[in-house]
Amino acid sequence: MAYVAVTGGKEAIAESIRLLQYHRCATETPLALEAVEKSMDLLIHRVMGEAGFYCPAYAALALKQCEGSVEEAVFLLRAYRSTLTRSYYSLPVDCGEMRLIRRISSVFKDVKGGQMLGPSYDYTYRILDFGLCQEDAAQAHRQAAAILAGAQPRPLERLETVSQGLRDQGLIHTPPENGEEPFDVTMENLEFPCPRSARLQVLARGDTGFVTGIAYSALRGYGFSNHPTIGELRSGYVDLTIPYLFAEGEQIDLGELLLTQVVSYTALDDGEAPGSLTIKEGFGMVFGRCESKAIAISILDTTLDEPGDAPCNNEEFVLMHGDMLEMNGYISHLKLPHYVTFQSKLSSVRKSREKGGAQP
Amino acid sequence: MTRTSNCGFAYLDEGSKREIRRSILKAVAIPGYQVPFGSRELPIGRGWGTGGIQLTLSLIGEADVLKVIDQGSDDSVNAVNIKQFVCASTGVETTYDVEKATLIQSRHRIPETPLRNDQILVLQVPGPEPLRVVEPSEEVTKRMHGEGDYVGIWLSLFEDLIRHGMITAPCNYPVEVEGRYIMSPSPIPKFDNHKLNDAQCLYLFGAGREKKIFALPPHTRVKSLTFEDVPFAVETFEDRTCRLCGASGVYMDEIYDAATGQSYYQCSDTGYCRVRRERAAAQQEGTAHGI
Repeated sequence: MAYVAVTGGKEAIAESIRLLQYHRCATETPLALEAVEKSMDLLIHRVMGEAGFYCPAYAALALKQCEGSVEEAVFLLRAYRSTLTRSYYSLPVDCGEMRLIRRISSVFKDVKGGQMLGPSYDYTYRILDFGLCQEDAAQAHRQAAAILAGAQPRPLERLETVSQGLRDQGLIHTPPENGEEPFDVTMENLEFPCPRSARLQVLARGDTGFVTGIAYSALRGYGFSNHPTIGELRSGYVDLTIPYLFAEGEQIDLGELLLTQVVSYTALDDGEAPGSLTIKEGFGMVFGRCESKAIAISILDTTLDEPGDAPCNNEEFVLMHGDMLEMNGYISHLKLPHYVTFQSKLSSVRKSREKGGAQP
Repeated sequence: MTRTSNCGFAYLDEGSKREIRRSILKAVAIPGYQVPFGSRELPIGRGWGTGGIQLTLSLIGEADVLKVIDQGSDDSVNAVNIKQFVCASTGVETTYDVEKATLIQSRHRIPETPLRNDQILVLQVPGPEPLRVVEPSEEVTKRMHGEGDYVGIWLSLFEDLIRHGMITAPCNYPVEVEGRYIMSPSPIPKFDNHKLNDAQCLYLFGAGREKKIFALPPHTRVKSLTFEDVPFAVETFEDRTCRLCGASGVYMDEIYDAATGQSYYQCSDTGYCRVRRERAAAQQEGTAHGI
C-alpha cells in the first residue's frame, strides 16, 4: 500500500544512513586524510573555492565523509561555516606581493618580471600512467621532495600585473577604484544590478562547471563576438591579515592563502571616446590553482557588462543559477513527497477535463 | 529531549539568528512584503525547507514545543529529518498534536485545527515570488511590487479562465494582502487559502534558497485573487470521508490500491487524524468502563 511508503520515515532514514557507511567503507585500505589533502590538491582547491571556505584539512575530511562527492563536500563545509561566528573581515590581500609559483601571459612574450610556467598539466600528454598502479608512495615522495631540495626561493619583489604598462599608455580601461566596502554575498541577499564585488564573489564560489560552461558559450558567440586574451595568470601565496584593533596601522598575520588571479583583455568600443576602441580588463580570482575557472570568471566579468540577450550578458541569470548548494538543493528536493500539491494539480486537471468534455 | 549536537543552541551562531529575527520583525511590519535576508547554509539541502528551518532556529527557545509536518504528515521522511535536526541542537519537546505545539513548521499544508494567538506557523517556501510566472527577472518583479503593477498576474488568471473555462491554477494560489502586496502563500492547496485570512496566529514564510522572509501577522486581511463574477474555487472531495477517522470536509490524500484497483481517501493532516482517532478510542473505552 502506498500509505506504508509515507510513514516510517525515522527507520528508513536510519537504515539509509547505514547503507551509506557500507558504500563509504567499501575496502579495508585506509584513506588517510593527509593523503587526500596533500595529493588531491586540485580537488581540495575546487571544494574550498565552491564552499567559500579555505581549510584544506577540513576539505579533505569532507571529501572522505561523502565518498568524494564535490557537491556533498561543498555542502558540508558551507553548513559547518554557518555555526561559526564571523569575527573579522580581513584586509584586502595584495597580489602584487604574491609569492608566485606560476605566472604566464598570453599577450606579450616578454613581460616585466618574466614568465614562469610553474606546475601545469597543459603540456602533459594525457595518457594513463599504469606505472602508478604499483607506485611506492614513500619513494615517490622522496624523489619529488628532491626536485626542490637545492632550489633557492627568489627574493620577493613587488610585481604589478601586466596591465600596468598598458594602463600607463592609456590603452586599457580598468574599472576605477571606488573605495566602497565590498558587498558580502554570504551575509546579504543580492539585489540587481549588483556591485562588481558581489558579482566576482558569486562567480568565485560558483559551480566550476556552470561558470566555465557559460564563459564557453560566450566564446562560441552567444552574446559575445570577441576573443579575449589572457593578459596574465598568476598563482601563488598571499598573506592574510586582519587589522590589529589596539594599534592603528598595525596588523595581525593569520597565515597564507594559495590563490589564482587572472586578468583578461577584450578590445571593445570605448564608451567615452566614440569611434575608437579600448581594452576592457576582466578579472577573476579563485582559491587554489583552479585556473580554468579563474579565466572563465574574468571573461564573464567582461561579458556581463555587454548588452545582449544571451545568458552571458544576463547578470541575474548567471549569478542566480550557478551556486552548487542552491542548484543541487532545488533539483534534489524533487525527490520529496509532493502528495498534497500533486493532489491539487490532479483536482484541476480532472475538473478541466470534465468541463472540456474529455472522457474520464 | 537532550541536545546531542556539538554546535551552539539551535545550530546557527547567535549573530545570524538575531539578523533573521530582525528580518522577521520587518516582515511582520509590512505584511506580504518579501524581506531579503542573508540566508545561511544549513546541513539540510537548499530546497528542502531551509528557509523555514532558519526561521524555526532563530525563534525557538528551550520551552517551545515543536511540531513539523511535511505535506500534512508528521511522519514523512523530511518532517522527521527536520525534527531530528532541530532537536539535536535544541533538545526541545516535539508533538504531533497541533494544540500542544507552540511552534509549527510546515511544508505545503496549514493544519485543519485553527491555530491560536500563542502559536506560530512557519511555512517552507520554494518560490516566494508570485510574479515569477509572468516575469523571470528579480530586478523587474521587485519594481513591479513597488509600483503595485499586478496587471501581468491578473492577465495570466484571465487567460487561464478563457482557455480552460475555469481558473486551473492549483496550489500556491496568489493572494492579496491588506489590499497592497500580492503574495504567494507557498504551495498550500487552495483549500487552505481561507485559513490565512483574519487568523489568530502569526504566519511566517521562509525561502532559504531565494533568501526571502515574509509574514502575515494575526488578523491580516488576505484575499485569494479572483474576478467579481468568478468565485474562488478550491479542491473538492465531495462526500468523501477519511477511511481512518471518518472525517469529512478536510483535505484528503488519495490512495490507490494497486491490488484492488480502488481509490481510498484519508486525512492529509495526519496529526488531526491521529488525535481524532485517539479521542474516539478514549471515548469508547470510557463508555465500556461505564464512565
